[in-house]
Amino acid sequence: MAVNNVSISVEPGERRAIIGPNGAGKTTFFNLLSGELAPLSGRIFLDEQDITPLPVHERARLGIGRTFQRNNLFLGLTVYENVQLAVQQRLGLASRWLRPARTFEALRQEVLELLRALGLEERLFEPASSLSYGEQRQLEIALALAMKPRVLLLDEPTAGMSPAETTAMVEMIASLPRDVTLLIIEHDMDVVFSLADRITVLHYGEVIADGTPEEVKGNPRVLEVYLGEA
Amino acid sequence: MAAIASRLARVRLQFAQRRTWALLLLAVVAVLYPYLVRPYHLSLAIEVLIFAIFAMSLDILLGYTGLVSFGHAAFFGLGAYLVAYTTIGLTNNLAVTLPVVVVGTALAALVAGFFAIRTSGIYFLMVTLAFAQMLFSIAIRWSSVTGGSDGLSGVSRPAIGVGPLSYTFDSRTSFYYLVLAFFLLSWWVLRRIVDSPFGWTLRGIRENEQRMLALGYNTFRYKMAAFVIAGVFAGIAGMLLAQFFRHAAPENLYWTTSGQVMIMLIVGGTGTLTGPILGAAVIRLLPNYLSTYTDRWQTVLGLTFILFVLFAPQGIMGLIQRFRQRGERREHSENRTS
Repeated sequence: MAVNNVSISVEPGERRAIIGPNGAGKTTFFNLLSGELAPLSGRIFLDEQDITPLPVHERARLGIGRTFQRNNLFLGLTVYENVQLAVQQRLGLASRWLRPARTFEALRQEVLELLRALGLEERLFEPASSLSYGEQRQLEIALALAMKPRVLLLDEPTAGMSPAETTAMVEMIASLPRDVTLLIIEHDMDVVFSLADRITVLHYGEVIADGTPEEVKGNPRVLEVYLGEA
Repeated sequence: MAAIASRLARVRLQFAQRRTWALLLLAVVAVLYPYLVRPYHLSLAIEVLIFAIFAMSLDILLGYTGLVSFGHAAFFGLGAYLVAYTTIGLTNNLAVTLPVVVVGTALAALVAGFFAIRTSGIYFLMVTLAFAQMLFSIAIRWSSVTGGSDGLSGVSRPAIGVGPLSYTFDSRTSFYYLVLAFFLLSWWVLRRIVDSPFGWTLRGIRENEQRMLALGYNTFRYKMAAFVIAGVFAGIAGMLLAQFFRHAAPENLYWTTSGQVMIMLIVGGTGTLTGPILGAAVIRLLPNYLSTYTDRWQTVLGLTFILFVLFAPQGIMGLIQRFRQRGERREHSENRTS
């Protein structure tokens, strides 16, 4: 998968959907933004800052949070411990090394609040590996939300979910604070149109359309690509 | 549902109470031990405690961080040689020798870790092994400084205090208490570490390093810290061994020592801290009892190891946990029928 000449700019607080047929390079594009991959050429800016040379963890600290297309969890740890790892990093507690984690009241409170908000509080002490696929997907998003990111990259958040789970997930995403900039890769057009302010369409690694949902819906190239594939 | 939860809580409480009693009993036995057994068995206990510290230190790397080091003897042996030099050339006072060992092994771990932690998996294993073997060959070859294959002898037992208020742990019994104190302190500190947010950071790295990076963790720094902590406690264990035998030997650096401590971890159960203590006891004591029955005790030891790897990969701790869960289930069903 490759991306070429993709130049997009997203406003703070915007909700942007990235769509395109399989193999269009959507996830590759996310990997470039989050730092998992380094671009051969081109620059990536967050606000005014050039973040192209920064490694993954430093971009994360600047406020880029992401979820993964395939669940990428700490499977051997419990639900609580998974979220704790995300929260303790943001609270700057990750290197406190002689005081038991359970005695940090602020940490405990935040983890529990997050799990309650996502409806996972019943599963607190279950290992992540024993959750259903949909629950794992929720935990995947809980990890990214726990970072309180300024820019949130969601890679197919509803993939493999039941219709009911999808509805709940869309509601949850819609209820995120408006100052969080959101980039969503999604195949489900209902999800795309209910969440996105603007849509970027990728095809074979290039941007073929970029605009409001109405503009993109009427774009002949987009129709051609989608109908051609079907 | 609530009834089940409360029953479960009761069963857990019973276990907790039993555990408190068991630990109390163990503490009493540990304190009275020198007066209960013959000197030979006291020596065995000293060795077990020293190797327990060594094994716990490796557990921080292998069990908690998921870094499989096959060169942990480097720091064990370095601790032994450092205390030997300091004691022979300067003083046997712990106020000097302990800081020398701690700082020396920490620096060595920083250097070795700087190179080793850039690699992972089998390469990490090879780099750590190479580092330990390098120290070993220096110890063997550079005999004018290291005493060659004979090692360094004449390491006197440690002392504390100054002038008329000083005390030397000369007798076996007094040295036992010193080692017991070091063991308890190491256990307590390492327990605190693995329960801390930092300890959870290490487990996160073990489970999924890529995700830790995506969460904003500079995993290199944390792995480095784990490597240094493990190195320092291994060094303290090596220091105690040299003081006990009054001798630092090149074998302390050799790969078989690294292998032995790894076997202790696997037999005891990694990622538990308690497991390595049990593993150290089994692997250190078994040969003594086996050798009274058979000359082929090494074969039996090897078979024991293979059986553990095949049938109890979680080690003794895994077996205990399985046993306990079965117990909880049984008490459950009994409660339900009654």
